[in-house]
Amino acid sequence: MSYHATVNGTRWTFADLKTLLAKASPARSGDALAGIAAQSAIERVAAQMALADLPLKTFLNVDLVPYEEDEVSRLILDGHDQAAFAAISHLTVGAFREWLLDARTTTSDLAALAPGLTPEMAAAVSKIMRAQDLIVIAAKCSVTTAFRNTIGLAGRLSTRLQPNHPTDDSRGIAASLLDGLLFGVGDAVIGVNPATDSVEDYVRIVTLLDEVRQRLDIPAQSCCLGHVTTAIQAINLGAPVDLVFQSIAGSEKANRGFGIDLSVLAEAHDAALSLNRGTVGKNVMYFETGQGSALSADAHFGVDQQTMEARAYAVARRFKPLLVNTVVGFIGPEYLYNGKEITRAGLEDHFCAKLLGLPMGCDVCYTNHAEADADDMDALLTLLSAAGVTFVIAVPGADDIMLNYQSLAYHDVLYVRQTLGRRCAPEFEDWLRKTGLTDADGRLLERPASAAIGPAVALIEAMEA
Amino acid sequence: MMPDRPPDESGQLAVASHLAPLRRFTPARIGLGRAGSGQLTATNLQFMLDHARARDAVHAALDFETLGQLLREQGWRVARVHSAASDRSEYLRRPDLGRRLSASGRAVVEGATRGDDIAIVAADGLSALAVETNLLPVLDCLRPLLVARGRTIGPLVVVEQGRVAIGDEIGQLLGARLTVVLIGERPGLSAADSLGAYITWRPMIGTMDSSRNCISNIRPAGLSPGEAAAQIIDIIEQAFAYGATGVRLNDLRSTAPGLRTIANAP
Repeated sequence: MSYHATVNGTRWTFADLKTLLAKASPARSGDALAGIAAQSAIERVAAQMALADLPLKTFLNVDLVPYEEDEVSRLILDGHDQAAFAAISHLTVGAFREWLLDARTTTSDLAALAPGLTPEMAAAVSKIMRAQDLIVIAAKCSVTTAFRNTIGLAGRLSTRLQPNHPTDDSRGIAASLLDGLLFGVGDAVIGVNPATDSVEDYVRIVTLLDEVRQRLDIPAQSCCLGHVTTAIQAINLGAPVDLVFQSIAGSEKANRGFGIDLSVLAEAHDAALSLNRGTVGKNVMYFETGQGSALSADAHFGVDQQTMEARAYAVARRFKPLLVNTVVGFIGPEYLYNGKEITRAGLEDHFCAKLLGLPMGCDVCYTNHAEADADDMDALLTLLSAAGVTFVIAVPGADDIMLNYQSLAYHDVLYVRQTLGRRCAPEFEDWLRKTGLTDADGRLLERPASAAIGPAVALIEAMEA
Repeated sequence: MMPDRPPDESGQLAVASHLAPLRRFTPARIGLGRAGSGQLTATNLQFMLDHARARDAVHAALDFETLGQLLREQGWRVARVHSAASDRSEYLRRPDLGRRLSASGRAVVEGATRGDDIAIVAADGLSALAVETNLLPVLDCLRPLLVARGRTIGPLVVVEQGRVAIGDEIGQLLGARLTVVLIGERPGLSAADSLGAYITWRPMIGTMDSSRNCISNIRPAGLSPGEAAAQIIDIIEQAFAYGATGVRLNDLRSTAPGLRTIANAP
């Protein structure tokens, strides 16, 4: 079936639903690389107009990625909650936008709707939204998860402390970890991207992180971001695994490129739950996503990269994760060319994931081959914080020396706390105060208690490399 | 690289003095001090300089004439080719073109000797500096290890504007059982000279990234040429033993085929 819009007497035709979605997407290099982007600015708006008139029900009847050959499509359609969808089943995409913006649509309405929404519906409505729409609606969503602390409460912004080291040196990791704690960073997770994916390294890293956590009595969770199969092996060896990590994408074929499928994720989820390490909750999974991952694996089926990204959230929500984040500026300029495209994508990813009920964070970041810089990251951090982003990632001085890209600096977290008043998770906030790093209002002390630092430094000095 | 100046005269001095001894454990930018919530002026400007340096490194061109000459002097048979990406700007926007040979490049490889065990490919990737700095030392360490194990090596194919997967087309044309692609990794702020090694069993066009093993961060301040060569040969020997690389080679050194790994591949 084809779709149409008439603009100033010119009739625009879009051959099928995936073409309509691709042409309606705000401009980005990845869709141009895939050869599916609108050819002109007017064609893009014409597609947005046709999309706005489309009944939401259409997405339940048309496959973008064939149901028979894709387990993500089956997960989306078989898991769709008709009762939850009933609230909006009569709406077009355009009317759905207005329903979401309506002040009478409450936080609890949005939470109740989430299981009735498909990723394609969320992606579609985002394509006819401005940045402020993406922000104001995401800010209305509330998604709370818990493990050793509580993530996602109103007025809060959590942070992943990412103490990577190029050779996974234990003391190097611990030094960056301590530096981050002194900035009050790390309540979402203390998570290391390993330089290798050997099981020995994985076990050493999670053991190191767990030792630091226990010695300093930190109410937070740790994670080694190795492959999910490595995590399963480590769990079988008795390693102290808090969260199991995996990169995920929006089609079965793209996930196969990551060496995973839904059944191995389920196996990992069960293995992590079996350790029963969470004290205040049982959300044990951590996922990363990013626009362009399906296209880079030639597994996008002619669907635009933002819709494919939203489909990854269906995979994520199946496993009730503690944390999900898009690595928005990481994947490269062939998918998101510059600061403007990265900013737009970051807001879209956060919006769609929140609407679908996920604890969505963002790695506010860029690479050295993209047309972007620290000013773009300041802007995106500010916008995402206004949108109520669940967490952001931070590294020493914004420089990730292992993955060779720029994330946020620990300082940037202080900036957003000061400017927008966002606080960290309550359990972690109490710990910072008790430890002597912050004052009664949660502000970082200029001169923290020596007792708060000395023992940690001694611990690191005594470690083996 | 880090300024030695103490952050300020208040309590931040105490924090910095605690962290100073830990700097020997990591090149990360720890113990920077702060001005309110922001960075100090000196560290802020240092960061901007490092970014400027990395930006310039991405756009620097590799001197293929000199490189080819040096390799021939070391006894390598060298085949110089170009990818289908015409220049750096197209290379950055069109990774698909960087993964395939140009028509003339394909003709060069088709004319080369076929049927050796291993094809070694060297590509500029995203850092000419990485290839200039690390390629010869790694090859010097790797060649005797391969020879000692009786593996035959095809011509060394040197690629301009190449990405990792161009090794698949080259390996397939050469009829190699395995390729080793040595390629400049994306410059970071602290390291613009990092080389990556991607090892692929039975290379052919369309091979998925999860079917490769990767050893990254080969550079003077990271993984040494000797260590890198030892890890490469280890994976090669396992690949020959099990007939696979990547996730199928479920060994203890296989790389995580995650988003970060794949996006990082030049």
